[in-house]
Amino acid sequence: MAELADLYHDLIIDHNKSPRNKGALPSPPARTAVGHNPLCGDKVVIYINNEVDVIHDIMFDGVGCSICTASASLMTDAVKGKTTSEIRNLFTSFHSLVTGEADAASAVDSLGKLAAFAGVSEYPVRVKCASLPWHTLIAALERDHTAVTTE
Amino acid sequence: MTTRVAHADAQPNAIRSADTSLNRTEVESIRREYPIFCRHIRGKPLVYLDNAATAQKPRSVIDAVSEHYANRNANVHRGVHLLSQEATQAYEAARDATATFLGAESAKEIVFVRGATEAINLVAQACARPMLSAGDEILITHLEHHSNIVPWQLVCKQTGATLRVAPIDDTGAVNLERFTSLLTDRTKICAFAHISNALGTVNPVAKMTALAKQASAIVLIDGAQAAPHTPIDVQAIGCDFYTITGHKCFGPTGIGALFGKTDLLESMAPYQGGGEMIASVSFDKSTWNDIPHKFEAGTPNIAGAAGWHAAIEHLNTVGLSRIAAWEAGLIENTTARLASLPGVRIIGTATTKAAVVSFDVESIHPHDVAAVLDNAGVAVRAGHHCAQPVMERFGVAATTRASFAFYNTPADVDALISGVEQAIAIFR
Repeated sequence: MAELADLYHDLIIDHNKSPRNKGALPSPPARTAVGHNPLCGDKVVIYINNEVDVIHDIMFDGVGCSICTASASLMTDAVKGKTTSEIRNLFTSFHSLVTGEADAASAVDSLGKLAAFAGVSEYPVRVKCASLPWHTLIAALERDHTAVTTE
Repeated sequence: MTTRVAHADAQPNAIRSADTSLNRTEVESIRREYPIFCRHIRGKPLVYLDNAATAQKPRSVIDAVSEHYANRNANVHRGVHLLSQEATQAYEAARDATATFLGAESAKEIVFVRGATEAINLVAQACARPMLSAGDEILITHLEHHSNIVPWQLVCKQTGATLRVAPIDDTGAVNLERFTSLLTDRTKICAFAHISNALGTVNPVAKMTALAKQASAIVLIDGAQAAPHTPIDVQAIGCDFYTITGHKCFGPTGIGALFGKTDLLESMAPYQGGGEMIASVSFDKSTWNDIPHKFEAGTPNIAGAAGWHAAIEHLNTVGLSRIAAWEAGLIENTTARLASLPGVRIIGTATTKAAVVSFDVESIHPHDVAAVLDNAGVAVRAGHHCAQPVMERFGVAATTRASFAFYNTPADVDALISGVEQAIAIFR
């Protein structure tokens, strides 16, 4: 049976209390995108500076639940120095993990600390919380100016 | 018709000072009528505090639906055979019971619909839309559920009328001075909730109706959140329309009722067209059935009406005034204990409240509070409660909401408080 500790991994609690890379980058030149989960009010703003397709700097802002905040925080750490293609692959692995399509053991190698979200697969309602920052980041990379929503 | 104390305009705390309350023994006995309370959630007994989203169903309601399908299933109103007569009698008996439940003069004034949302859409399209034009106004309040906002927005867009919103104060009560000043000779429709699903504010509905009638407005009251918690007397209130929904009142989903005054319903154009609502059909011209059937196109939710009738009888055996008193104790207990927890703010502190306690826990998102509670078997709701304007008014994206019914107990309140304490320990 799913336990709360499976969902709220220590790393998630930590990144929620002390989110990394929280704030804004001057925009322009930073690309931005806004993501919104209308069901619970989570809102994420992503700021990226990328040259030659590699993310040099990334920050996030907004208000959200601990899963969303920790996901944004861990994501921003994980994607620094990565290309768009690497980020897309990372998101595919992450999404498989949180939807239960892949198990945590096989995910640890490719996902590192992001594997902490494995417990989300037992609480499907929280998949949108965990993936909102990623959808928003991809929108920023694609310079999609329409607001991202989980609906 | 049983005599019923009119609670149209509660004095402060009058919902509490009404008839005697239920007691714990009675509540335990009532709980045994609800099969779902045998369930365990994540290994813990179910503590159901999401009644504003939907209420649980007693065995009598569940059985009424099954019994209809097992023994009395036929279409209503036109069959000659016995089964159809029985089904029709049962369906119309549910309508009669609803009329009594709401204090209507006649069963002709009760239209069965899918729920309160459909009821409001019906009034918006069949009553408001044909009579409104540019320059006319519809007045609602800042408290409203989306179902008492969006249908009016749609009608305004269709007709050029303007939507006006009476503000609420910091306690979540409607500002009656501003409400009054917004009632002008341009106000054609005035619509407001009886009890707020997001904040629990109980509006002084008779007073507000009287003010609106002085401006000659048609008054619709959204009673979806009120019907499970307080006796309703539409004649004492004086409103033109009153909406209720079955599933919040211990009945099945997919059934609700619109009370409408006879002369209004008779003057209104149909809402949906089809079978049942016609008197005759030819390709040149169709004529309409009498009220209320004029507004019930197609085969109705016959089984739902059977279940709804059983829910009314269930409520009548318990007694709505006594229900109100029992719930008032739970809400007072919950409010005091939550407010004493560090960083917990009660959202919605009007003098007269019922049904719900919405709260905000500092630096902990409602989603996380609700997840910790869920893990303890406690069901609450985290979100905007279909009342985004209310959330914005109080500067929050969402709240955690505990909503009560007469089968909740002080032990349920203990579990809620314990869960919130646990969330505080985990996240702060």
